[in-house]
Amino acid sequence: MSPEPSPTPVAPRGTDVIHNIGYRKYDGPRLGRAYARRSLFLQTLRGAYGLGRAGKSKVLPMILFAVMALPAGIIVAVAVTTGADELPVGYAEYAVQLQFVIALFVAAVAPQAVSLDLRFKTIPLYFSRPIERSDYVAAKAAALAAALFVFIASPVVILYAGALLAKLDFVDQTGGFVQGVVFSALYALVYGGVGLAAAALTPRRGFGVAAIIAVLTIPYMLVNALQSIATEQDSDAGGWLGAASPGTLLTGVQEKFFGGDSLFAGAVELSDAQGAVYLLLLAGLIAGSYALLLRRYGKAGL
Amino acid sequence: MIATQSLTMRYPRVTALDRLTVDITPGVTGLVGANGAGKSTLIKILLGLSPATEGSAHVLGLDVSHEGGAIRERVGYMPEHDCLPPDVSATEFVVHMARMSGLPPTAARERTADTLRHVGLYEERYRSMGGYSTGMKQRVKLAQALVHDPQLVLLDEPTNGLDPVGRDDMLDLIRRVHTDFGISVLVTSHLLGELERTCDHVVVIDGGKLLRSSSTADFTQDAASLAVEVTDTDARPDGTAALRAALTAAGLTVKSLADGGAPGSGHVLLVDVEGESVSDTVRDAVVDLGLGLVRMEQRRHHISEVFSDDTPAAGSHEGGSGGDDTGAGTAHDPAAWQRQYAGTRAQEGGSGDVA
Repeated sequence: MSPEPSPTPVAPRGTDVIHNIGYRKYDGPRLGRAYARRSLFLQTLRGAYGLGRAGKSKVLPMILFAVMALPAGIIVAVAVTTGADELPVGYAEYAVQLQFVIALFVAAVAPQAVSLDLRFKTIPLYFSRPIERSDYVAAKAAALAAALFVFIASPVVILYAGALLAKLDFVDQTGGFVQGVVFSALYALVYGGVGLAAAALTPRRGFGVAAIIAVLTIPYMLVNALQSIATEQDSDAGGWLGAASPGTLLTGVQEKFFGGDSLFAGAVELSDAQGAVYLLLLAGLIAGSYALLLRRYGKAGL
Repeated sequence: MIATQSLTMRYPRVTALDRLTVDITPGVTGLVGANGAGKSTLIKILLGLSPATEGSAHVLGLDVSHEGGAIRERVGYMPEHDCLPPDVSATEFVVHMARMSGLPPTAARERTADTLRHVGLYEERYRSMGGYSTGMKQRVKLAQALVHDPQLVLLDEPTNGLDPVGRDDMLDLIRRVHTDFGISVLVTSHLLGELERTCDHVVVIDGGKLLRSSSTADFTQDAASLAVEVTDTDARPDGTAALRAALTAAGLTVKSLADGGAPGSGHVLLVDVEGESVSDTVRDAVVDLGLGLVRMEQRRHHISEVFSDDTPAAGSHEGGSGGDDTGAGTAHDPAAWQRQYAGTRAQEGGSGDVA
């Protein structure tokens, strides 16, 4: 029998030896500006839900996400068990019904996407790297819109899945679902843009939260109140009044173009002219908030 | 590394840089100037972030006016102010910054681990940066400037706010960035003493103009002096005056450190070091006079003293108070220099600036 190898010889690759390898040069690829922009987008998107940040940053977005998705789950459960022949709420309508939750989410997420960089002066570190100011703004705006889109479209997906489970009419539901998704995207762009602009103009995070809630809810409530008064007095001004706040603009567009019921006071429906004006105003709102952001970051420098 | 030709930067009301022509070679270069001397403006232009009014500048052979992106890919920048979000760990943050410099995800992670180790951050790098000490924050700031292995780093006041030990560590680290990592460094500071230790070359700007650009050795020759304090004896009631007379007779240049504020500072003599034998001469003179030698130490000058030596007003040094001297010695903006002076004195006091 051959002798066992003695246990003493040290294995040639010792695992518990610390080598001082000194400084190593990096000569791999440098992927440049587009890649940096993409990285910033991903980081902001993850950060919006608190991923990659401290544990307590995850709490609020996740709670809000649950609040947003829960009613959809309940609706679906009811529809499946009762065998209803249509969902009690339209795909696009759902977001409008829960717009306060969305406003809260924007208020929680937008300041953390931009105010932190401003407040803790991280901006110079970005601008001393290959990206330009416009890249920074584009990445941040896209990331916030994407985070919002996920937030708004997830319940729509739940509703659609439930509708299919409940064996509702496939063509009808798919049409509604597509409308709901497109409306979610529009919603995300508008609220994301407005929220980001408001947050970027207020370097303190607390002010940013307050400013966003104010901008997104106060005009909305005001317009709603005015519309109620207009309906009381049998005036047809309700349609035009709706053009005065981002929330009511979306509410009107939802009814006009995305196949939902009117959620205005007195169930005012928009004329074609009003619909066109609403769409133009929304486009203007998105472009305007983006321009404001670009201006804001034109000044913030090293 | 860096070359500027009559670089001028005018803002509506101030001229931040005035026909600055300077050539910076690889190595560690110190950039000295008061607040408002144009240091930050220069850095901004060198990073290609704001176009110069006139003149041109090249960094690593690239033109700053239209190759800013390429420059920023190969240059690291460490700002003077705090720039770290508190709720993120150092690792997360530096990885993100590495990716912002264009490093692929895996490389970004590897380089981050390496760089944080090199700047001396170990287990604490997984904690949120909100709880870091100033020294640790400065290390993270340096790490994010080095993580993409730049050819040149611009460090803006890297020793700001550090205690003496932290300052020494940081200065050693900066020296190593060049000697071990092979990265050229441009470092700004208020304190000439710091630059003496780390830099091969020092550039002084004031009011946007180049005052001086020379190797550190030239500077230290001018700057070195010996602080001597002696006791009084019964035989010589004013020992300081006696020593002063003796040293002047021996052909040395002697000034008194009359700060006014600090008690006993009138007893300290500053002797210009003009050769190897100066300390011997002082020792012999003290022994001859039979005085007790309280201390004899190398003093590090801060930059404003170098300026006052450069100007005609230098002759009026003796007997004047330190603060007034620096004010008079700088023609460009006395008020700014005085503020500067006050600031650096405070720092020097804190660091126990003894050679």
